[in-house]
Amino acid sequence: MQKITRDVLVEKAASLLENGTVDRVLGWKKGEFDYDLTPAVFTSADDLKDLVWNDFCGANFSKYLIANTKKSASKVLVFLKPCDTYSFNQLLTEHRFDREKVYAIGIPCEGMADISKIKAVTGDGISSIECGEKINVTTIYSDDTVSFDLSDVMAERCVNCKSKKHVAYDELIGEEGDVIESGRFDEVERIENMTADERYAFWQNELSRCIRCNACRDVCPACTCEKCVFDNPNHSLENKAPATSFEEKMFHIIRAFHVAGRCTDCGECSRVCPQNIPLHLLNRKFIKDMNTHYGEYQAGAEVGSRAPLVNYTTEDVEPGDVFEGRE
Amino acid sequence: MQVNEKKPLIVAFCCNWCSYAGADLAGNNRLSYPADVKIIRVPCSCRVNPMFVLRAFQRGADGVILCGCHPGDCHYTSGNYYTRRRMAMLFSMLDYLGIEKERTRVEWVSAAEGAKFAATMNDFAQTVAALGENKRLEDLRCKR
Ligand code: SF4
Ligand code: SF4
Ligand code: FES
Repeated sequence: MQKITRDVLVEKAASLLENGTVDRVLGWKKGEFDYDLTPAVFTSADDLKDLVWNDFCGANFSKYLIANTKKSASKVLVFLKPCDTYSFNQLLTEHRFDREKVYAIGIPCEGMADISKIKAVTGDGISSIECGEKINVTTIYSDDTVSFDLSDVMAERCVNCKSKKHVAYDELIGEEGDVIESGRFDEVERIENMTADERYAFWQNELSRCIRCNACRDVCPACTCEKCVFDNPNHSLENKAPATSFEEKMFHIIRAFHVAGRCTDCGECSRVCPQNIPLHLLNRKFIKDMNTHYGEYQAGAEVGSRAPLVNYTTEDVEPGDVFEGRE
Repeated sequence: MQVNEKKPLIVAFCCNWCSYAGADLAGNNRLSYPADVKIIRVPCSCRVNPMFVLRAFQRGADGVILCGCHPGDCHYTSGNYYTRRRMAMLFSMLDYLGIEKERTRVEWVSAAEGAKFAATMNDFAQTVAALGENKRLEDLRCKR
């Protein structure tokens, strides 16, 4: 269960709309189902009746600021969970929107639920979900309600949350949290310790499910290029690859590389993937390697920091030596 | 050697100012290196973006080697320092995906190192030949 209620957010948003501080509010709204909350823009206090805040508010609004600050005559109100604030800073570092045009409210987060973990128990036919003390799910299969503790169905990114601290805001609701030690590199390490053939099989199994919907790119707060390489029709990278070995590796390597050093590990790519591909494991590999070889670096922790791949020292590791200590 | 045995195809990105000149010197000195090494001249090693490397594999290369000026000698001062970081990260990622790490290499070769150029290419060609054909990074779209 989340610490603050929806009403707190609605009240805040309504008063800021009313006194003219902001003219747009970015918030979550019910989608087709109770669990697929969709990002929405609210422009009046009346609209706000649709605003939702519960255990399914995973969507990170930082990227939406690029388009919305351009449409706003005053400021845009955005609610940011701790992980979202890192993306927010990273976008500022890259000069992607005007800070003056944003009113950012930091909100506490207890972790978000992963619907696929719930569906694994209940099956796909979910008719309603209510979030309170527990997450209560009814299905089309029976009249019974199935209840879950948030901690049992928490998204991987939240289980391994790296920070409860907001690194950017104009106003904070709740208390200031802390950067936390997480086990977010454990899985990467497990893969590193496999043999090359096992690693290959692991990724073949994961990446061959990709349908190249490009949702991971579209949602990524680091992927804000106006022209993306993957939209180039002359590149044979714009659609799904028919390959005997394993599909879509080019796409995935390049996508992960383009965000390397800028990826804040917000976990949005894995959240939106309809095929449940653990894309964060590619991003985290780069983060882990850069931490190991070029010093600890957290993208978005502060505005204006210099990412490892646009930096160097004369003593850097040679490309042939990065494997040292590995099979 | 069998007549129609498939030879490994190697793409060598060579920076114009050092390694390409090194290749020239190897030729002038009549040092031999495998004809399967196809050299692509680039203005600086840092011109090679990771996609070039993947693209080469995609289009049928069995090994990709990148040659540039020695660190500190880049004609654009710092180009090869960036190359070094980029390629280190890319190679590590390829390895993470289970792709043979011996198929990629970075070597610093100066304009005076014709012998090093030939030796590097001979060694790399041998390594790649031992691995056999590149299967793990192939792309059927490019094999029309
Ligand atoms: S979101 Fe998933 S299925 Fe879609 S392109 Fe990305 S990895 Fe592939
Ligand atoms: S995948 Fe690369 S080119 Fe495309 S939007 Fe992301 S960073 Fe830009
Ligand atoms: S000019 Fe040779 S590596 Fe930059």
